[in-house]
Amino acid sequence: MTDLLTSPYPALLVGLPVLLATLSLFFRTRGKALVGLLGCLLTAGLAIVAFIEVAQHGTVIHILGGWEPPLGIMLRMDSLAAVFIGMTAVVGVFISLYAWQYFRADESGPGEFPLFWPLWLFLWAGLNGLFLSNDLFNLFVTIEVIGICAVALAVLSGKTTAMFAGLRYLLAAITGSMAYLFGVALIYGSTGTLDLGLLGQVLEPGTTTTFALLVITFGLMVKMAGFPFHFWLPPAHSAALAPVSALLSALVVKGAFYILLRLWMEVFGVSITYAAGQLIGLAGAIAVIWGSWQAFMQTSLKLIVAHSSVAQLGYLLMIFPLLILAPGVTADSADWLSPAWTAGIFQVIAHAFAKASFFLSAGLIIMALGHDRIESLRDLVGNMRITAMAIGLAGVSLIGLPPSGGFMAKWMLLKGIFLSGQWWWAPVVLAGSLLTAGYVFMLLRLAFAPAREMGTFKPVPKSLEIVALILALGSFLIVFPADYMIQFLESTGVFGSGIESIVEGGAYGND
Amino acid sequence: METTSVLPLLILVSSLIPGTLILLLREEQVALRTFLNLSGAVAKVGLIAWVFVGYLRGQEYTFFFRLALDLTFSLRVDQLGLFFAALSAVLWLVTTLYAIGYLEGGKHRRRFFAFFSLCVTASTGIALSGNVLTFFIFYEFLTLSTYPLVVHRGTDKAVEAGRTYLWYTIGGGTVLFLGVVGLFVLAGPIYFGQTEIIADLISVYPTQLSILFFILLTGLAVKAAIFPLHGWLPVSMVAPAPVSALLHAVAVVKAGAFGIVRLVYDVYGIGVAEHMNYLNVLAVFAAFTIIYGSLRALFQDDFKKRLAYSTVSQLSYIALGVAIPGVLTSTGAIVHLVHQGIMKITMFFAAGNVAETYGYKNISQLNGIGRRMPFTMGAFTIAAFGMIGLPPVAGFISKWYLGLGAVETGSYWVVFVLLASSALNAAYFLPIVYRAWFYEPEYEVSRLRSSGRLETQALLLIPVVVTGLLSLAAGVFAAAGGSPLSIAREIAEKLYMP
Repeated sequence: MTDLLTSPYPALLVGLPVLLATLSLFFRTRGKALVGLLGCLLTAGLAIVAFIEVAQHGTVIHILGGWEPPLGIMLRMDSLAAVFIGMTAVVGVFISLYAWQYFRADESGPGEFPLFWPLWLFLWAGLNGLFLSNDLFNLFVTIEVIGICAVALAVLSGKTTAMFAGLRYLLAAITGSMAYLFGVALIYGSTGTLDLGLLGQVLEPGTTTTFALLVITFGLMVKMAGFPFHFWLPPAHSAALAPVSALLSALVVKGAFYILLRLWMEVFGVSITYAAGQLIGLAGAIAVIWGSWQAFMQTSLKLIVAHSSVAQLGYLLMIFPLLILAPGVTADSADWLSPAWTAGIFQVIAHAFAKASFFLSAGLIIMALGHDRIESLRDLVGNMRITAMAIGLAGVSLIGLPPSGGFMAKWMLLKGIFLSGQWWWAPVVLAGSLLTAGYVFMLLRLAFAPAREMGTFKPVPKSLEIVALILALGSFLIVFPADYMIQFLESTGVFGSGIESIVEGGAYGND
Repeated sequence: METTSVLPLLILVSSLIPGTLILLLREEQVALRTFLNLSGAVAKVGLIAWVFVGYLRGQEYTFFFRLALDLTFSLRVDQLGLFFAALSAVLWLVTTLYAIGYLEGGKHRRRFFAFFSLCVTASTGIALSGNVLTFFIFYEFLTLSTYPLVVHRGTDKAVEAGRTYLWYTIGGGTVLFLGVVGLFVLAGPIYFGQTEIIADLISVYPTQLSILFFILLTGLAVKAAIFPLHGWLPVSMVAPAPVSALLHAVAVVKAGAFGIVRLVYDVYGIGVAEHMNYLNVLAVFAAFTIIYGSLRALFQDDFKKRLAYSTVSQLSYIALGVAIPGVLTSTGAIVHLVHQGIMKITMFFAAGNVAETYGYKNISQLNGIGRRMPFTMGAFTIAAFGMIGLPPVAGFISKWYLGLGAVETGSYWVVFVLLASSALNAAYFLPIVYRAWFYEPEYEVSRLRSSGRLETQALLLIPVVVTGLLSLAAGVFAAAGGSPLSIAREIAEKLYMP
């Protein structure tokens, strides 16, 4: 562990947003927003610097207060964490810029919500902490911070629908955290350690480990709205304020996915069976179909976008069956691992950009119309050209048409599916694309239709439209640095690894 | 001599940039928009001519760009691609002129011309694609850029047609995607013309590659409107005339037909496709579509609908020619890519002129229209004779080669299909011609057409006359060097060289 470079950045990535969030609490309305925005810009800048540090030196660590683990807390930034932190920074900074203007917009705007800024900065700190954490308990703390901030943000508007949705969200968040904590307690009880690296070595297969894996997976599945625990997501994400919806859908759910991926691949390998991977894949497949279908059936824009998140997260779960190898297959011979990982990462990033853009565009439409019932989207193209373009581009990426980031993800996923011979997942990917096309083009069709009545659209600030468009373009531009990014991800950490199944008569089962 | 060249890319950029810029203009900037549009169209024709001359001198043009990871974007100029690109570029120029006249004073013209340019970018991209992936990218891009054109009018009917159009094309694209990834996994990034890859692999993965062939074929057959995947085409007739003209003559349907040509000739290779009996299946579907489309056309009174079903039928000549192996049938198939394009675009221009000038949309309204619009209907008549297969119009050449090739390979049933289809073509086109020239007009001619004035706007008239004459010239001068036939023949001969 001493061979890894020690760097202050991991600590700063958590500390700085916390500091500025706290600072902003001392200011009044406008000051809060100003300090908040400043905090966002600084945190994003710091994230970029930290990313470069990892790119140059490989994994960096930071030991808080000089207390070595297992007593103290160690933060660890490998390339996977760096990519997630980088994504959060880029998408987050655009959402912040949008929020700054959005809350200031007079008349048609929703009003000022100064508390947004400290909450979002605490949330950001939580996310950074989550990506950097290297032990189970630390992860629990970050999950809690994220959960509390996310729920608070979701009910920020104070509307009744948001309150009810927030309550359900809170319930789900608590259930998820408790299940996770229970699993952590079991692990700690049987091994006496919480350090991820150490656990990966000492964890023994057995009933306790399997049970702990089960409850932790359950908890995280609830958190990331994996099917069938997705019920809380559509109401919560659709009732929130536009920038909040974007944050929740683009970034927050990815946190739970990140831990799930890390724990399965780095820690619980000994207890994971081929069947377990298939089961998670099945949940993902159903989410893709069900979520897309539900999105297709909705009549309000934000509900469509929110249901679409359930489906898009389903694709993430579909990489698990590819990463868990059938008995007798070695990781060296499994040439589909790299495509499957690439699919996962691209799905995470492309969805973050596209979904943020989609929700921000929806916010603008609400600003212009006062509501988001889709039958009023007629002649959107004539009234809000840039927003329509953003929705179109983001939609194309969600469908997975070339040359978007979503296309890259689907290409790699299908490639992994074919290479692994698990061809039964292929129809799901295709059906998902078709259904996504169904709801995206349902929107575009209306957008192109001529207006029935004139003057229903109130003007919205162009700068906001441009932010939404930039994010939509981002979901295409991410394809270009793909080479570099995959190379970077392969340089450290778990990227590209697979879990070899226990062979019959091995350590697990008979004895 | 093979060098990397940006010329193929410039051919695409010549319409991509005007398209993007027009999207950013304001609706009122008509002059600038028209300038951008036309200069792009002229530049594209010029660039293709330039590349064509270079190609004939033995220069090869390829453009290569690694998009990311294993995705490679590749453009390559070969004879077949150039042939199709030239068709797209020339017809785009003509149709742009036509559209400027047709849409004069209409709404949302900025949007229309922007997507029109993007659409031809996709179509030339398909023509110049060097590998399967690039082809797929442009194939999907074509779907996206044509959708706004189909729904351009914004009426409920147009929007409904747009929905049908999308379900078919996105569905087809998704199926194609499956095939493209499958092919990539089994055979790597296939560049067009590398038929030896599949030839080597076919004995290793006979089942997988056969399934993939039919998956790819299905994806392409949607745009090529082969029965039972043709449903979108008659419906999308609601689009403005220039759109129908371009969609039917080059852009969408030809993307499918050209894709089938590429799939059989340049990916799997004729040898494999014949040996594995893929071609028999294709032949049956193509022959059925030829007859089916013609039968349906018989019963349409809507002018454009009749033309649309005729397109369904005529397109499958290309597929049929591909499905019967032999130099002559291949020549017929390839040359029909161009011949059907110029003839069909003439017919749609004519239908558009009639509808735009007199508001007639049904065939039963066309009594004596030939006296009022002699040039328009004259061009239409030439094209109709061509479609039927009367010499010396272009369509005759296509049918002659197809029939000759079928006899040569002993596929006599194909001759019957061709004869039956020609009879049907005559049955649904000749009444229009007869009605236009020999029926008494319902109104006094002299009152409607003051002497010394054109029968309709010049911008509507010139394109139809030009393409009508081209249809004739392609037939009359078929034997001359540089004619579509001589080029098609060269391409076909190369295909069968050992």
